[in-house]
Amino acid sequence: MSTRQLFAYVLQLADNALILGQRNAEWCGHGPVLEQDIAITNISLDLIGQARYLYQYAATLYNGFSVEEQHAVNALLPRPWKAFNRELQEDDLGMLREERQFLNLLITELPKGDWAQTTLRQFFFSAFQYLQYTQLQNSTDEQLAAIAEKSLKEVAYHLRWSSEWVIRLGDGTEESNRRITAALEELWMFTGEMFAPVAFETQAAQEGYGVDVASLKESWLNRVTTVFEEATLSIPKSTWAQSGGKEGKHTEHLGYLLTEMQYLQRTYPNAVW
Amino acid sequence: MNTSIEEQIWLLLEEVKDPEVPVLSVLDLGIVRDVKVSDTEVPPLGGEGPKAAVSITITPTYSGCPAMDVISMDIRLKLIEKGYRNITIKQSLSPAWTTDWMTEEGKRKLKAYGIAPPNPKQQFCTTDMFREEAVQCPRCNSYHTELISEFGSTACKSMYRCLDCKEAFDYFKCH
Repeated sequence: MSTRQLFAYVLQLADNALILGQRNAEWCGHGPVLEQDIAITNISLDLIGQARYLYQYAATLYNGFSVEEQHAVNALLPRPWKAFNRELQEDDLGMLREERQFLNLLITELPKGDWAQTTLRQFFFSAFQYLQYTQLQNSTDEQLAAIAEKSLKEVAYHLRWSSEWVIRLGDGTEESNRRITAALEELWMFTGEMFAPVAFETQAAQEGYGVDVASLKESWLNRVTTVFEEATLSIPKSTWAQSGGKEGKHTEHLGYLLTEMQYLQRTYPNAVW
Repeated sequence: MNTSIEEQIWLLLEEVKDPEVPVLSVLDLGIVRDVKVSDTEVPPLGGEGPKAAVSITITPTYSGCPAMDVISMDIRLKLIEKGYRNITIKQSLSPAWTTDWMTEEGKRKLKAYGIAPPNPKQQFCTTDMFREEAVQCPRCNSYHTELISEFGSTACKSMYRCLDCKEAFDYFKCH
């Protein structure tokens, strides 16, 4: 088994959860009503919790690697950490890697936009993550299977909540429909990336510890179609998809997000509370 | 081996409470999965207390729940207070925690505290939309209630309102 691919695979799952968790957290104190402010920040907390399990696992893997294996993943490691002379820890991976080292899907890093954009993005991602984690429970890697099993219950709530919001906004008022239609135009081209495997994902699926993402597309489209019918929205005809996130090529938005999120660890390295 | 020490540990765990819902002990919550006690030759610091290494396995409720770190620390502090020094607290993710592991006593205490206890999970843990769950008001026992928000002040709760006695209340949601 290629440990380099496994390490990248775990990081990619972690990065998706952390970056979307950070984006959603921007609503804290700004939600449209108190209950929904709490809802979106709860989802944020779940995602950051999942990211922690995955970063902890990635760090454990790395610390157990041979020198050659460690060398092979050098490009994914945070530069400041190399001067710390201690084992790799979860926070190093989340708080000190650079933009090009992040492997998250582009859709997770896009600005939170308005409530329509936030809930539609959450719906697209949760519908994907629900299928991905359902399959990941069968991973040959015990720890990945356990993380998926644990996280799936939370994702079920995220999916239900975001599905309901898409319907409420789509089938709501003229204004809410206009907003979510605009969000759909903005987000649709970022959904294709979820189902387009990059090299480490293909390897992960072949070796049985990862999920064949291409195979999830049909079920995902079914869920989207069901919700869209209720929401009086139609699936866009365009099939062109933007990709690059899983290979470290990001939109301009990620850099700004990291600057804010990583500020503390970069200014006060190794700070804890 | 060490059955008496093991029994003592279980009794001590009953005294460790959930920091967010202080009427519930970690045993009521069903998060303690295993307690192992083994002899150790190394005397504890100060030379007093049981010569035993204690290993406790707990399982998290929600991935991002900040109470989990506090609970681990509280368990450790409780054992240290009783003279244990060699303590390991492990987290286990699988099988994933479910509210079905909450004890009946725990559910009773929750209700007395004003939080509706979780329904059995098979009733509601699905991705189906707009489903209304029959949640009983912990104050007047009416089932005539409505959901305010699926997410509440902590990850484990949602918010309801009783349409009979008009009180708003928390529901410890099934998981």
